[in-house]
Amino acid sequence: MLGLNKKDVTLLTFVAVLALFAPFILNPFPEGSAMAQFNAGYPDLMQRFAIFGIFAIGFNLLFGLTGYLSFGHAAFLGIGSYAVVWMYKLLDYNVLWGLPLAVVISGIFALGIGYVSLRRSGIYFSILTLAFAQMMFAISYSDLLGRFVGTTITNGETGLQVYTSDPQILLGANEPNTPHLFGLVMNNSFFLEVGAWQFTFNVGYYFSAIVMLVMFYLSVRIFRSPFGLMLRAIKSNNTRMSYTGLNPRPYTLAVFVISGMYAGLAGGLMAAMDPLAGAERMQWTASGEVVLMTILGGTGTLIGPVLGAGFIKYFENIFSKINDNVLHQWFSFMPDGLEDAMVFIVHPFIGKGWHLTLGILFMLVVIFLPGGLVEGGQRLAAWIRSKRGGAEENTKSSTEPAE
Amino acid sequence: MSKTDVTRRGVLKTGAVAGAGVALPTIFTASSAAAYTNEPTGGTVTLGFNVPQTGPYAEEGLDELRAQELAVEHLNGMGDGGCLNTFSSKALKGNGILGKKVQFVTGDTQTKSDAARASAKSMIEKDGAIMINGGSSSGVAIAVQGLCQDAGVIFMAGLTHSNDTTGKDKKANGFRHFFNGYMSGAALAPVLKNAYGSDRRAYHLTADYTWGWTQQESIAAATEAVGWETVNNVLTPLAATDFSSYIAPVLNSGADVLVLNHYGGNMVNSLTNAIQFGLRDKMVNGKQFEIVVPLYSELMAAGAGSNVQGVIGSMNWNWQLQDEGSKAFVKSFGEKYGRPPSNSAQTCYAQTLLYADACERAGTFNPCGVAEALEGFEFDGLGNGPTLYRADDHQCFKDVLVMKGKDNPTNEYDTLEIVEVTPRAQVEYAPDHPMFAGGDLGKCNPGA
Repeated sequence: MLGLNKKDVTLLTFVAVLALFAPFILNPFPEGSAMAQFNAGYPDLMQRFAIFGIFAIGFNLLFGLTGYLSFGHAAFLGIGSYAVVWMYKLLDYNVLWGLPLAVVISGIFALGIGYVSLRRSGIYFSILTLAFAQMMFAISYSDLLGRFVGTTITNGETGLQVYTSDPQILLGANEPNTPHLFGLVMNNSFFLEVGAWQFTFNVGYYFSAIVMLVMFYLSVRIFRSPFGLMLRAIKSNNTRMSYTGLNPRPYTLAVFVISGMYAGLAGGLMAAMDPLAGAERMQWTASGEVVLMTILGGTGTLIGPVLGAGFIKYFENIFSKINDNVLHQWFSFMPDGLEDAMVFIVHPFIGKGWHLTLGILFMLVVIFLPGGLVEGGQRLAAWIRSKRGGAEENTKSSTEPAE
Repeated sequence: MSKTDVTRRGVLKTGAVAGAGVALPTIFTASSAAAYTNEPTGGTVTLGFNVPQTGPYAEEGLDELRAQELAVEHLNGMGDGGCLNTFSSKALKGNGILGKKVQFVTGDTQTKSDAARASAKSMIEKDGAIMINGGSSSGVAIAVQGLCQDAGVIFMAGLTHSNDTTGKDKKANGFRHFFNGYMSGAALAPVLKNAYGSDRRAYHLTADYTWGWTQQESIAAATEAVGWETVNNVLTPLAATDFSSYIAPVLNSGADVLVLNHYGGNMVNSLTNAIQFGLRDKMVNGKQFEIVVPLYSELMAAGAGSNVQGVIGSMNWNWQLQDEGSKAFVKSFGEKYGRPPSNSAQTCYAQTLLYADACERAGTFNPCGVAEALEGFEFDGLGNGPTLYRADDHQCFKDVLVMKGKDNPTNEYDTLEIVEVTPRAQVEYAPDHPMFAGGDLGKCNPGA
């Protein structure tokens, strides 16, 4: 079906089910319970899961298949956002104008940056991409381009926003003044109350999720195509490939542009959910984040980057919001001295210390599960299977590493 | 394992069933929308405190958080009541807001617009926050203010000093208690003229974002009006930590005053660099070289140590003020945390009380009702003397303090002394002043 083999159809269905039922899956704890702190089923975070999923899928096409480690992918994320917000400012709030433009413009930038950077490989390639991204960050952070031409292009640190004084030439009389797709407002949500649970179904989330599914499907097709095979050949032995008379550069450049377009689309979607484009999106920390996502999830696997993106965004948004008050509530059943001691012990790992928690988990994953979360899943599946009977012990698990 | 046949028909069927299943609940719930975003229905109301806990302004943010917790305590009738006893409006009774117990959630803005919006959004969408308060950077304040306008909640800005917050980026759902760059300029210029004369050449180092730009513009305009000349203005990145390369050219520029439009960690570093270069021991144009820091804070002064001695700047509020409101606030803050509050803490505390009081007077949490109650509100007893929340741009007007680094500080908190309390009339301006022009409040948005 859809030009995929059975294994991939299963995988795609799995991702589709996860995406469709995310509002249920991410809200396992009833409202008002102590564990509700860990619920992640609210629109903003679900949108981020889908958007950073796209970003990481695209990054994985480059890094997972060819092994070229780009440290400057956040630049394309920023370009995508700026493109979409500019379309809001010039035309109207329909996201349909901005998103294709975001993909095209980031593709053009990727072509230029890739053309120069791909002349080198390994660490030199990484440094070149990092340099380009930092350059673009500096330009947008201080709006140097805007200063040069005497108008606002990126609006510096404040970020590009839509003002009522902007032209918005296509803006209709009854048109909503937040991002929408032909009147379907991204911010709109429907709520479902079941007992103590409240589930939120957000238009923007489902829009991003559908885009994510399409992009996931596209990446599966690229993985399984002759083009994808060529990219893997580059990763396993670039020199040998050159000796056989094949020029690897057009392939690497093509996949670099594709992956830049993925990042541009992700950036565009970020602006489609929240009409603001900030320069921090282009900073090297953002580029590093997508590397972490991919490695954490499983480099070169299809579903790994999506899992990694979800994992990191979950920590950033959930753990950073736990404060001492919440801790005191959790440990309130303990005697006073012990309660304070527990809060004291846990304190460095929550709130502003979420980076520390994430760092420790990242270390554990890299040391014990070099293949990322996907490897963890595979080991778990293998373990369950061996428990069940051991007859099928030798069959490889269904979720598919690239190598 | 059983064999699974995926047929086109099968997929369509499952898809249709799943789609219907997901769509079904919306039929029942779409109509039960609340009157406004996050209308509190239970016995509690949730406020969102969004402050920088990491990054260059983290110190300020953590102090804001302390003050906000204190404010919640006072609103709920715990502690000694603080400024509730001195506040000119007596609507608050210490039983929460409108009888609902006040709860709060916190988030980390990381001093980044994106992160601040993400954390504000999660407070609004996940925790049901009805108001967002706090922040220590104008870029962030403007970004979050825009978000609150779209989401339909009230934004009570924390420390934000850029003219744009209530100028070209003002929003109907956003309110600012803190003073701004224009007010700093208007208060500082006469003092600077008296202290250093009217024949001075100023060199500006400016943090490269909305706050730095507008403050530099304001200070340059105000000092030029008393006869000073602006030699140069150099923009420095917010993330910079070493300013020596920016300080060196100052010596050769012929300037005799250095204006540091920096804040937080930036200011501590740039001032320290300037002192290390021996700028303040130099004689230029036959005059003693001077340094001015237009926006001061106790936390910065403590960070810069003895380097601030004799340096002039302005503040929104200082714990040494002797009016009833300030004394009450400093007393409860000191008793709880064992240290005097900073001016960013005071502004967040005041904003929380002002919001609660507006809800009480309006009799609702509806952002439009609250906004109406705040617009044109005259009050006193929160520490800044008689204050007006102007309806035209949602900016508070009150006295401004001109401060000077103390020569012989007695302890780590006693670093600044009050030189002058500039009366409100001197720092007022028309809502359509050119430095504030181009914005539009728009209409208040109750969301939902």
